[in-house]
Amino acid sequence: MTIIALNRPRRTWWKTAAGLLLTGIMLFPVYWMLNVSLTREQDMRASPPELFPAHPTFEGYRAVLDEQLPYLATSLLIGLGTVALTVALAAPAGYALAKLRPRGGGVLGFLFLVAQMIPGIIMAMGFYAIYLQLGLLQSVPGLIVADSTLAVPFAVLIFTAFMSGIPEELLQAARTDGAGLVRTFWSIVLPMSRNAVVTVSLFAFLWSWSDFVFAGTLVNGGPHEPITLGIYHYIGNNNQEWNAIMATAVVASLPAAVILVLAQRYVAAGVSAGAVKD
Amino acid sequence: MATVAPPPRRRTSQQWAAWAFLTPVTLYLVLFYAYPLYRNLDLSLRDYTVRSFVQGDAPFTGLANYATVLDDPTFGPALTHTVVFTAVCLALQYAIGLALAVFFHQNFRLSATLRALFLVPWLLPLIVSASTWSWLLNSDSGLVNAVLGAVGIDPVNWLTSPSWSLTSVIIANIWIGVPFNLVVLHSGLQSIPASLYEAAALDGANAWQRFWRITFPLLRPVSAVTLLLGLVYTLKVFDVIWIMTKGGPADSSTTFATWSYQLGFGNLVPAFGPGAAVGNLLVAAAVVFGLVYLRVQRKQART
Repeated sequence: MTIIALNRPRRTWWKTAAGLLLTGIMLFPVYWMLNVSLTREQDMRASPPELFPAHPTFEGYRAVLDEQLPYLATSLLIGLGTVALTVALAAPAGYALAKLRPRGGGVLGFLFLVAQMIPGIIMAMGFYAIYLQLGLLQSVPGLIVADSTLAVPFAVLIFTAFMSGIPEELLQAARTDGAGLVRTFWSIVLPMSRNAVVTVSLFAFLWSWSDFVFAGTLVNGGPHEPITLGIYHYIGNNNQEWNAIMATAVVASLPAAVILVLAQRYVAAGVSAGAVKD
Repeated sequence: MATVAPPPRRRTSQQWAAWAFLTPVTLYLVLFYAYPLYRNLDLSLRDYTVRSFVQGDAPFTGLANYATVLDDPTFGPALTHTVVFTAVCLALQYAIGLALAVFFHQNFRLSATLRALFLVPWLLPLIVSASTWSWLLNSDSGLVNAVLGAVGIDPVNWLTSPSWSLTSVIIANIWIGVPFNLVVLHSGLQSIPASLYEAAALDGANAWQRFWRITFPLLRPVSAVTLLLGLVYTLKVFDVIWIMTKGGPADSSTTFATWSYQLGFGNLVPAFGPGAAVGNLLVAAAVVFGLVYLRVQRKQART
């Protein structure tokens, strides 16, 4: 991406100010979540509501530590499992589609684009029917497989696009040196696609961490529930403890925040990759 | 992918290797996309009860579930709500996203950082966004009503009054969807050559004219893709509505997505068949718009 400085640096301070204001408005609900998570029980229904946590309390966060840790651990496990499964399935497929010109590859690519458009609750209902017969309801592997369907089509798309850019000469050279296709894939294509692996992993993790539909239908009430269900039960059970609910929400948002800070460029690349072709 | 020039000879051994690499993902596609979809279709064509759901011997009833759904008094409202929800969300997300993209396209100090911060609502788990909005819009203790009260407007029962619930979920969903529009439209803006703007400025075009004569027309391909993708995504929005209102009160914010879930999982006596039938109507709509999207994208790739 090229940056062309059309504007002289002076005269733009008011744009920065306007930008700050707009960002502030947009992110206000996030601030409110933080604020409520620190508000004392007795101030919760104050009228008007307190704009700042004047008497901050960590009761909400203590409740998270006491009650939500198992949910967080389950979410972490499911997120990592989804990442592993997604990359293992999509990276070889991307290599084949980008470099090996399989007959019927176009149809497969097309099917993945269509697959992305199926509403999640429809998939959930189908999975429910199948898992009921297989006895996979309320199981972690079952939820990992279901969550991976959120990411695999996107991952194949990203890997294909990225691996198409690897120079043919390099693969040719590896072949001349006697490397087979598997060796070429493992030692050259995959290391060179590091950025694609990072982008895919980030989104696969984030989507499975955020998943509510599959969790709600496939593991609801079971021994291993992710954090999204933890929050959902909280809202249902104790309507009064909004500081605990919002504290859980803050903790559940941490992966998104970490990813945004550490890997922002991968995120922006991923968002536009699906929609805009360079 | 569609190639323009016919590829050089494809060696048979490479064909085998290519499909060896594709086998896992193809099996996956069949097992975890095609089969659930097939099961869903099967559900919608049989008369399932809880017992026959487990035993798998439900009688085939053809399109009876679809007839039930069409006759249901919820069908009309659900259709209207789905159309209104989708149309209003799409229009406002796109308009706000485009305005912000144009604004952030001017490179001022902090513009890149602030634009990145705008991604936050899109990255948050939907349950987090939805429960935060639930509390903001709470009738008694919500901040929105407190602010309205401060300027002398009576409190609104955002989530508990049938006349406001749909508006409330639309507001929350627009907030979630703006970042996607902003990022995609912003990357579209970057492919418009700066020389065009310089030439227009030399010819005396003001900012308003430059937007309508250059930016908007040249952004049309990206806009089309953004809107179509948004359409497919918005049609299937479920989490936000379910968490905030469960489609209520009295079905006043029910869309096809929440209705389908309500039928299948939300009641004590699940109606799997009708639930699957509603879901399949939604799949049909999503696939139709999805195919339009693919056509548009392919046409753009050629030109």
